[in-house]
Amino acid sequence: MKHKVIIMKTSTLIILAVVCIVIFIAPLVMFSGHGEDDGYFGGSDDAASEQIEASNYEPWFSSIWEPPSGEIESLLFALQAAIGAIIIGYFFGYWRGQGKEE
Amino acid sequence: MHIMEGYLPLTWCIIWFVISIAVVAFGIYQIKKIVDENPESKALLAVSGAFMFILSSLKLPSVTGSCSHPCGNGLGAALFGPAVTAVLATIVLIFQALLLAHGGLTTLGANIFSMGIVGPLVAWLVYKGLTKANISSTIAIFFAAFLGDLLTYVATSFQLAFAFPAPTFGAALTAFLTIFAVTQVPLAIGEGILTVIIWDRLKAYKPKLLDKLGALAPNEA
Repeated sequence: MKHKVIIMKTSTLIILAVVCIVIFIAPLVMFSGHGEDDGYFGGSDDAASEQIEASNYEPWFSSIWEPPSGEIESLLFALQAAIGAIIIGYFFGYWRGQGKEE
Repeated sequence: MHIMEGYLPLTWCIIWFVISIAVVAFGIYQIKKIVDENPESKALLAVSGAFMFILSSLKLPSVTGSCSHPCGNGLGAALFGPAVTAVLATIVLIFQALLLAHGGLTTLGANIFSMGIVGPLVAWLVYKGLTKANISSTIAIFFAAFLGDLLTYVATSFQLAFAFPAPTFGAALTAFLTIFAVTQVPLAIGEGILTVIIWDRLKAYKPKLLDKLGALAPNEA
């Protein structure tokens, strides 16, 4: 193959993944001991909604269906991530196997 | 970046819907063309959509002390352009509006505009600009994903400031940018890194297909 595509070493990929994990663990360490009650780890979407409500705006339509509890909501979020992960895992596994056969 | 159901005045809902429907329609036309020319790219479309599915479901903590989610829209934009990515974003946003009460049907047009149009358009321009300058596609995709994610949230802040310019447009914009954009910076860096990892593997497994789609830097093809 004539392609001059440069790919990364496995070790580089692992370092990148670790950097990513550190970025997302840092806030948990920095604000350890705090919680939703004192205003930490709330969603930015909700914060924006509160900002809008502060101007006395009345939402004129509400969701047709809402997850009845936090458990059901986390179930559906997990389902969303799982659907994505299955698709990526399937194709990446398939392509990797294909490459080995060639 | 989700504007919640009912949180946008009707006029704005309509404006964003009209713009978004036009782009999504063009995206569907483009998908047909791409799939006809390269049937193999169906799998790449699925992977791009799946990447958005995963990333937009992850509510991650930020150093500002609040949580937000990445978008995953840079990958699809670099591979297929902004209009196709708008179609993929629409699927994700409908899933979240119907099943998670996250975002909404009335605000769907506005949310497609930020996550499916502005973000991917910025990502696509950044990606094409950097690769044309002969910068490695792996480095280009980092900046594309980073800025695509960040600008998605900047777009939402503008949309909300247009609809709720109280007390002034500038003050409202600052307030919404503080909520959205500042929180988003570390998340956007994380999204950039994750997109680089996926991109690297795509280059390893499917270099010919990426080349056919014109998605590699000129010196890589």
